[in-house]
Amino acid sequence: MDLVLSLILQIIYGIANLALISLGLAIIFGMMRVINLAHGEFLMLGGYTVVVATNNGVNLWVAMLILAPLVVGVFGVIVERLLIRWLYGRMVDTLLATWGLSLLCIGLVTSIFGASTTTTISPPLGVVTIGEYTSSGYELFLIGVTVALLIAVYATLKLTKLGLLARGTMQNSDMAAALGVSTSRIYMITFGLGAAVSGLAGGLLAPITGVLPTIGSVYIAKAFITVISGGMAILAGTTTASILLGGVNGIVAFLTGPTIGEVALLLLAIILLRLMPRGITGRFFKKSL
Amino acid sequence: MKIAQDFRGSVIVAILAALFTLIAPSILEFFTIITLTQVIGLAILALSLALVWGYGGILCFGQTAFFGLGAYAYAVAATNIGGSTGAILIAILVAAAFAAILGYFVFYGRVSDVYLAVITLTVALILYSLIRRTSGPEYKIGNALLGGFNGTGAPPINSPGDGAAMLFPEHTFYVAMAALILVYLLCGWVVKTHFGRVCIAIRENETRAELLAYDTRLYKLGIFTLGAAIAGLGGVFFCVGVSRVTPDVFSLSQSALTIIWVIVGGRGTLIGPILATFALYYLTSALGAQQWLNTNLVLGVILIGFVLLVPKGVIPSITDWADGRRERRVSRSRERRMRVRRSRATAGTEAAE
Amino acid sequence: MKRGEVVVEARGLSMHFGGVRAVDQVDFSLWENELRCLIGPNGAGKSTFFKCLTGQLTPTMGDVVIRDVHVAGRESHEIAALGVGVKTQVPNVFDGLSAEENIWIAARRWHAAKRAKTLTAETIERLQLGDIRSDLVGALAHGQRQWVELGMVVAAEPWLVLLDEPAAGMTHEETARTAELIQEINQTAAMIVVEHDMQFIRMISRQVTLFHEGRILMEDTMDAISSDPRAREVYLGHRA
Repeated sequence: MDLVLSLILQIIYGIANLALISLGLAIIFGMMRVINLAHGEFLMLGGYTVVVATNNGVNLWVAMLILAPLVVGVFGVIVERLLIRWLYGRMVDTLLATWGLSLLCIGLVTSIFGASTTTTISPPLGVVTIGEYTSSGYELFLIGVTVALLIAVYATLKLTKLGLLARGTMQNSDMAAALGVSTSRIYMITFGLGAAVSGLAGGLLAPITGVLPTIGSVYIAKAFITVISGGMAILAGTTTASILLGGVNGIVAFLTGPTIGEVALLLLAIILLRLMPRGITGRFFKKSL
Repeated sequence: MKIAQDFRGSVIVAILAALFTLIAPSILEFFTIITLTQVIGLAILALSLALVWGYGGILCFGQTAFFGLGAYAYAVAATNIGGSTGAILIAILVAAAFAAILGYFVFYGRVSDVYLAVITLTVALILYSLIRRTSGPEYKIGNALLGGFNGTGAPPINSPGDGAAMLFPEHTFYVAMAALILVYLLCGWVVKTHFGRVCIAIRENETRAELLAYDTRLYKLGIFTLGAAIAGLGGVFFCVGVSRVTPDVFSLSQSALTIIWVIVGGRGTLIGPILATFALYYLTSALGAQQWLNTNLVLGVILIGFVLLVPKGVIPSITDWADGRRERRVSRSRERRMRVRRSRATAGTEAAE
Repeated sequence: MKRGEVVVEARGLSMHFGGVRAVDQVDFSLWENELRCLIGPNGAGKSTFFKCLTGQLTPTMGDVVIRDVHVAGRESHEIAALGVGVKTQVPNVFDGLSAEENIWIAARRWHAAKRAKTLTAETIERLQLGDIRSDLVGALAHGQRQWVELGMVVAAEPWLVLLDEPAAGMTHEETARTAELIQEINQTAAMIVVEHDMQFIRMISRQVTLFHEGRILMEDTMDAISSDPRAREVYLGHRA
């Protein structure tokens, strides 16, 4: 019984982890049809923000929950203004330019902080005991944060004026432009928000994974798979894809080990794409957010 | 770009390259020759992407997946067989078969090009993380240990039929260069055939190709698989040049480099990406030898700079320039007029919907 | 006029987009060697109907039979492989290739290299594209691009030709020339032409099908339709 409970918790954490590392990418993709190849580096920058801030005496929670999203969000806005906005409507060029940005970020961070891990922060909150098994309290916290984040994005899209405009732009950018909505501004804010969410995720994961200039590549494969399997709808896509992929990955990994778990994740994603080329939400939950 | 370019141009390039090959060992240092074998492997990889992306219009960001599979397949097969001839064939077949299966899923699922880019890249990254985990003694294929992040040894090439007759580095260089030249001519020939022209037509307008009764999925699968086979061969020479294959063949930075070679050399040319590979290889080696300027930083700037400022790449830009400024100006203003007219027509038809 | 066998038949064809019935229970027949125009006001469903015939859309309900083959839901290339030539609304050409190469690609699909070459040359002559044969199609004027596309349709030697607004965006002279071409293509192929331009339709057509709100309102000669009060109301009235 305890084993089952512990396993279930592990799987839920796996799902939350996928959703957390993918959400920022999904926001930018869902609203702007831009796949940000520098997504991994946004996460990486979030992690570095936390490390630098805590090294300078900032409280860990403040660094993770406030500074990381703030810094990376501002960085995202700058990137959008300087680079992305020149390339709207040119999907392939946008992909290439964000890949260049990814290399640039890795190069910059390596130049400043060196190629190896600067410091590691140990995960706070200790352990939680379930019968004879233990679970990390910090992992439970991350599950909670992910759920809260998904709710916050939902509320933003559903309840705020920005969300309404964003949904309009998402449905039909030409129409939104014709109605006098400044799509350029919406795109800037969207990119900034997506970056902020990525920064938050990167900051929160830093205590678990440590930080490296190249750590982005650890995340992006999974984030890409999740977002592409999910499709255009930001929340429904990320959630369903995370549950499906994270669930299968967790179960296969438990049965056979993490290597095969990752293969299962990829195979499932490719088969999903054969069946639903526009992602899960391209076929189901079409009207969802 | 018109297809009916001069095939003689390719032949002249090939002859020049062959001449260079013959004199290279007498004018270059021994270690340069060994390094060149590696770079030739990379150039074959660039050539494969030039074919798949530049001509086939297939945005494959993970061409390194086939390159790496070729390298690993060669190392494993050569270790087990004790000879290189069959191992090279196996490497090509493994890369091609993997691409055929992956291609079936993406092309027959009619996955859009941006998705395709991300999926192929993801496949390369997953292979990277998988092969890095194979460090234990239980991960072996026949006699060959996969070796995790340390990789595995790649046996040298030997004379066909005689596993003990290892080639000298100079001779390996000859073989690699001959392979590059032959593959270059092969690609030049393929894009002139009916198959190649249809692939180019699909790149230009897939809907039109469909309406002309071409099953575009099959053509894309074909050129994708051919490109993967070539990339696999590139992997062979790369790992022979290094004498080792490590998971880095699948790494994100290797994928990025491959894309950069093609972007810099130019899409729609075969020689451009090859030259760009050699040039950038020596640039990145020079950058790696110093401390104050990070290689990734420079590559990032190059990639962004080319996308924004020289989107066609070097070789097509030079060709355009050579075609004469006046002509270009005329055709541009003509194009602009056309675009206005076309957008009017499109606006009209959209209103009709 | 209605002689020979039926070559295209739609039965109860419907295409719904969400709640919108763009095409609603359409029954339609085209006879051998016929040239039929589809007309109707914007949003009448004629273009959607057209796309269901060419395989660009999969109909929600109903069937399309082209010479005994059920094609509803088939891929575009499968339908084209039956010997059907299609020209879409937006010019669909290979911009980066020359006019000659465009047409060669079409001819080569059906013939060996040698025959394809002569057929390409013949087509270029037939459509009077000699002056622009080696120009990049992307750099051609709108009307010329349309003709190159027609050239591709012709070069495949289809027995059934479907054209969606072939004269859109053309000048008067170009329109007249296109009308001639269509008459000529009709010598060897049955045709369905979707058009807006009334004058153009008068130039080419005998039998016209009038679409209205996703259904066929009437089928008659152009003269009969223009004098019919119902047609005036739904269509011609809008033009005044």
